[in-house]
Amino acid sequence: MTESAARMAGEANKARRHAMVLHVITRSLLYVIVIVLSFVFALPLLWMLVTALKDDPDVFRLPPVWIPNPIRWANFPEALTIIPFGMHLLNTLKIAVPVVIGTLLSCSLVAYGFARIDFPGRGALFFLCLATMMIPFQVRMIPLYIQFRNLGWLNTYKPLIVPAFFGGAYPIFMLRQFFMTIPQELSDAARIDGCSELLIFLRIILPLAKPSLAVVGLFTFMGSWDNFIGPLIYLNDAKLYPISVALRGFQSEFWEKHLWQYMMAASATTIAPVIIIFYLAQRTLVEGITVTGIKG
Amino acid sequence: MKSRWSRQTVRNAMNGYAFISPWLIGLLLFTIYPIIASLYYSFTRYDIVRPPRWVGLENYATLISQDLIFHRVMGNTIYLVAVGVPAGILVAYLLALLLNNEMRFRPVFRTVFFLPTLVPAVAAAEVWRWVLNSQWGLINAWIKSQGWQVIPFLSSQAWAKNTLILIHCWAQGTAMMVFLASLQDVPRALYDAAEVDGANQLQRFWYVTVPMTTPAMLFLVITHLIGMFQYFTMGWLLTAGGPNFSTEFFSIYLYRNAFEYFKMGYASALSWVLFLIIVTFTGITFRTSDRWVYYGGA
Repeated sequence: MTESAARMAGEANKARRHAMVLHVITRSLLYVIVIVLSFVFALPLLWMLVTALKDDPDVFRLPPVWIPNPIRWANFPEALTIIPFGMHLLNTLKIAVPVVIGTLLSCSLVAYGFARIDFPGRGALFFLCLATMMIPFQVRMIPLYIQFRNLGWLNTYKPLIVPAFFGGAYPIFMLRQFFMTIPQELSDAARIDGCSELLIFLRIILPLAKPSLAVVGLFTFMGSWDNFIGPLIYLNDAKLYPISVALRGFQSEFWEKHLWQYMMAASATTIAPVIIIFYLAQRTLVEGITVTGIKG
Repeated sequence: MKSRWSRQTVRNAMNGYAFISPWLIGLLLFTIYPIIASLYYSFTRYDIVRPPRWVGLENYATLISQDLIFHRVMGNTIYLVAVGVPAGILVAYLLALLLNNEMRFRPVFRTVFFLPTLVPAVAAAEVWRWVLNSQWGLINAWIKSQGWQVIPFLSSQAWAKNTLILIHCWAQGTAMMVFLASLQDVPRALYDAAEVDGANQLQRFWYVTVPMTTPAMLFLVITHLIGMFQYFTMGWLLTAGGPNFSTEFFSIYLYRNAFEYFKMGYASALSWVLFLIIVTFTGITFRTSDRWVYYGGA
């Protein structure tokens, strides 16, 4: 009796030890996989930074040099002055800032209409709004180009900016999702007090929606920073190019002369603002992605 | 009572349409008009300089029966979608599963996997061009040091498409976040119940995790399908259709016809074919979704 109890206890012990060993193995395996994968995913950007800080001979040394010696910070100012980087940066802002303002103004109004006013035809129109996301830009691209050409807007920023003041399906959808979460009682109380819808929108909803406006604003800014095909089509004059298109033009300046360290310095500078924004607003942005991603 | 109700309806209608009016005007000017115009141009020959000339179905007939490059383009695009969409979604899913485990420094890992999504396409293109360079690029330097043959990532017909798909898989941060949120929404109780029923880890994954994340999968399959059929920027920057048309995808060929050959009518016909393909595939995905998407959670 005692013998069999002892054997059972021993076996239970062995099973527990076995489970613990298994646990340690799976945990270690998990960390190994995550660390290796992180390295793989980070590799291109790490290599960009390392290259951007290299002295010329180091760039072509094989096997590759991982720690530049000497570290050459001068690559950055040199790369950014050989090419008119500042001018292109300013061009990017000249487009991105009005686009953000226009998007926030128009989309918050429209989203308020869809989220908080029960008007006839709302469901169908909102569905139409979502359906327009499915229309490829390529279908609208050619008539828009011709339309803007007839208006004499080619080689100006107007084709890139003006449409932002007339809403966009994705930001409207995002803001509507946020506006829906604000309790209806707040609006009802204001309505009883005789507030107009515009006043409710300005005084109650907008102040509560500041975080969501920030998310949409940041997404719009990053989208505009990254926009390639718009400027490519509407702008011909290289002096007007924003960074997104101009960086490609630097290729002839840098790649062909094998000045890869400069190209990487310019690339790193292009990436930096977006990463800084993400770092500062990480939590809000991640929430923005997930809220609109699936909770629709 | 009835008149009060209708007055309220009228007021709501006026307010509602006033608020959505910017979008309505935009819809007319920047979506509906261009779509109709594009359909019209697709039946014409139009080089911008001279007015459009009606040619009926000629553009469509040409692209179906005569344009051999277009047939190549269709093949390339189908390959890109058929391989790239599942590959991208699979990578995002695996990364999300990995990050769904409790672990130290999880926010750091999450940021590392998400970061590539934030990198503007132009900069990402230059960085990859350098990493994949066949002489001094990091990957080929290592391959050479092993005594193997250098891989012409961007300059061989066999590799170029796959290289672009690999780069696409590298930037799956948004999809990963969507999956991660979906994974974290799976109620613990379901796992506990499955465990009580004697399900092992693999069974718990297959019978609980997978069904509960199918709504997120549907969303991502649709957005990825739409996006992949329109794939342009990275391809245009890195290979611009080459070598020998092996990465000439639908949107690249369309852009070339419109803005390099100024065949606006032909390009419009292409854009309508693209539109119909996208609508068809999205429709099929929605139609079949009730067979594989599980909404038990909602």
